[in-house]
Amino acid sequence: MASSKLLSQPRWHRLLGTNLFNVRLFSDLASQHPVSDPEPKSNNKFKNTSSTPSSLKEAELAKFAAIADTWWDSEGPFKPLHKMNPTRLAFIRSTLCRHFRKDPLSARPFEGLRIIDVGCGGGILSEPLARMGAIVTGIDAIEKNIKIARIHANLDPTTSNIEYCCTTAEKLVDEQRQFDAVIALEVIEHVADPAEFCKSLSALTAHEGATVVSTINRSMRSYATAIVAAEYLLHWLPKGTHQWSSFLTPEELTMILKHCSIHVREMAGFVFNPITGRWSLSDDISVNFIAFGTKETHEE
Amino acid sequence: MNRILTTKAGSNVNRLRIPWRPFSNDAAPVICPNAGNPEKGSEAEQYDIAIVGGGMVGLALACSLASKPLTKHLNVVIVDSNPALGAKHFIKKDDLPDPRVSTITPATISFLKAIAYIADIGAWRFVEQHRHAYFDKMQVWDYTGLSYAKYNARDADKEVLGCVVENKVLLSSLLSHVQNTELLKKIYPSRLTSMSILPNSSSSEVNSTLSMTSLFTHGRLAKLELEDGNSLYAKLVVGADGGKSRVRELAGIRTTGWNYSQNAIICTVEHAVENHCAWQRFLPSGPLALLPIGDKFSNIVWTMTPKESSDFKSMTEDDFLKAVNHALDYGYGPHPTSSILGGSELFSWLKGGISSSANDCFEVPPKVVKLASERMAFPLSLRHANDYVSKRVALIGDAAHTVHPLAGQGVNLGFGDASSLSSVISEGIAVGTDVGEVRLLKKYEADRKPANIMMMAILDGFQKAYSVDFGPLNILRAAAFHGANHISPLKRSIISYASGELRLPLFA
Repeated sequence: MASSKLLSQPRWHRLLGTNLFNVRLFSDLASQHPVSDPEPKSNNKFKNTSSTPSSLKEAELAKFAAIADTWWDSEGPFKPLHKMNPTRLAFIRSTLCRHFRKDPLSARPFEGLRIIDVGCGGGILSEPLARMGAIVTGIDAIEKNIKIARIHANLDPTTSNIEYCCTTAEKLVDEQRQFDAVIALEVIEHVADPAEFCKSLSALTAHEGATVVSTINRSMRSYATAIVAAEYLLHWLPKGTHQWSSFLTPEELTMILKHCSIHVREMAGFVFNPITGRWSLSDDISVNFIAFGTKETHEE
Repeated sequence: MNRILTTKAGSNVNRLRIPWRPFSNDAAPVICPNAGNPEKGSEAEQYDIAIVGGGMVGLALACSLASKPLTKHLNVVIVDSNPALGAKHFIKKDDLPDPRVSTITPATISFLKAIAYIADIGAWRFVEQHRHAYFDKMQVWDYTGLSYAKYNARDADKEVLGCVVENKVLLSSLLSHVQNTELLKKIYPSRLTSMSILPNSSSSEVNSTLSMTSLFTHGRLAKLELEDGNSLYAKLVVGADGGKSRVRELAGIRTTGWNYSQNAIICTVEHAVENHCAWQRFLPSGPLALLPIGDKFSNIVWTMTPKESSDFKSMTEDDFLKAVNHALDYGYGPHPTSSILGGSELFSWLKGGISSSANDCFEVPPKVVKLASERMAFPLSLRHANDYVSKRVALIGDAAHTVHPLAGQGVNLGFGDASSLSSVISEGIAVGTDVGEVRLLKKYEADRKPANIMMMAILDGFQKAYSVDFGPLNILRAAAFHGANHISPLKRSIISYASGELRLPLFA
């Protein structure tokens, strides 16, 4: 069941933004207020900007801080994410080049495009995007992630212009920022209210821009691999990391995005081959999948 | 764990100079800027890729990168102290052929044609304007007289089995091609003395300066120091510097292998008639190969024991020619006839289709009438790098593997490496990867290593099978030969594999 480990681990970094009781933790408190207002924990459905009890937050942050340094250790806990990265980038490259009519044979096809990486973590996605010519902004709720990302990106002249902020999508919406492409990979399954999250993503997307979302499907297969195998049989992830019920099926994701004026144009699945150890794009969207949509509003 | 890989060399590295350095025919001035000006501490520059070793394989990599849209904008330099790289080469057509030649398989020909689609003179067309020889027939037999095999390109529905070209022609065609592109920024006419690559680390300050030194100290660049005092930085160092690779040594990559207790003598000879066939006879101490190189000239590669090789090298020309003719004819054993092992009727039930060459008679190669070059001798060995890549380093060509010349595969494996590495680099650039990242380079290793190892194992097997003179083994060998000659599907597989079209033999 090696594949299950590798299927679920890519989202492990999201785990660290979620506590074990599935309380939403995309708060901006990490950067601003070390001690937040305590709120009743009985309410599981928190919105993105809600605060969490400080005790839990401290524990989460501490746990995460220990792991954060290994972001760029390609043999470390984030190894599966590093392995999957080129495949995700291949999809993004092909769909965005086609949509923005950029030359796919150019080494820097995203020249001039403003792209935001929502939930950027250590910058694993942001850096290649910058090397492809994009003007990249990376946001994450965990301050340590942003610090690591900034330090790493500064060490290469091609990536040192990435703008990293410890903030949330909602806050950026409030600041009325807009981007040509909004990318949120492996984030939405950890969000308590996907519909609200998608609304924010859509608000950040410029008119006729692109939105790319990737997540895990809610299917029997994903239950077997990402939940049962990874969490209960092999203990690769603490129990409760993922709530299978909060996975989205492709149809649900499409509907939610449609309500936010984002029309899904293309979808693909990621499939891991345990023999070759490689990820590849495929039509199989039963476990991991990625969706590309464009924003069309009839009013400006 | 990444380790600090720094080695300072106090003395010159003794490279195997004699056979592998094509020399220019003109003593033209060296064009490269630093040649007469080795000031220490001159401004170090930063490049994307530094190819150490400007031989055929290193230049082929540069040409291949220049031909791909995703990689042609890269900054590439070559480090090689060979003066021929800086000189204007004009190979005169009436020059005698150089004994250093290579047999190029059809797969390599396609590769060379593909990487030179730009411009008026494609690299392969340049080759075709100089002396070269396509051959479509091959005859292989041994001294026991028990069997022989004739291969014809038609058996595998091809036009040619390969092409024999002088190394200097290939080199100058690749060089002139790559100099016409924007890719190659500079040729450093010096030798590599030391290379340092530090482990990845992050600086604690956020606003670190992006100087090359700080990029180097954080493991983002490799630093190369050259004999003439220059230094340079590169994201990726490619070791294309031959069997005694300095890059491989400095990167700490170990090799496995052994020396064959054989030397090879190479020279150019002339016939009275044109030769269109490649001949190879396995003699007791090693194979003797006669390859056409065009214009009634042929190239000889004669593998023998070191003692014999010094004898043959020092004997008079006439004696040597006599020895060659003798060895190709009745020397050491009789002419093979196919009647001993039953001829083609034995296998008629296995024939997939009529392979006409199976019915071709045994022929004696054309007589050698004149020696057209000096005789060169060099030792043979098998060597394989345990890893082809390490952080910011990749090995291609002989630096990664050296093989026995008995099947003419050596440089073709190298060209295969160059092609694979440039594809991998291109794929990496497509998704914004840093070209020196080990994870990316490992894809190249995973692509080439199995194919190279398979070929080396087969060649080594041949070498070992033929180095024993033992009755039952001789018959077994002959039977295998016989089968290979008459069983058409097998023959087709063999030809396709040797032509570079199949990655693995027999699994067509």
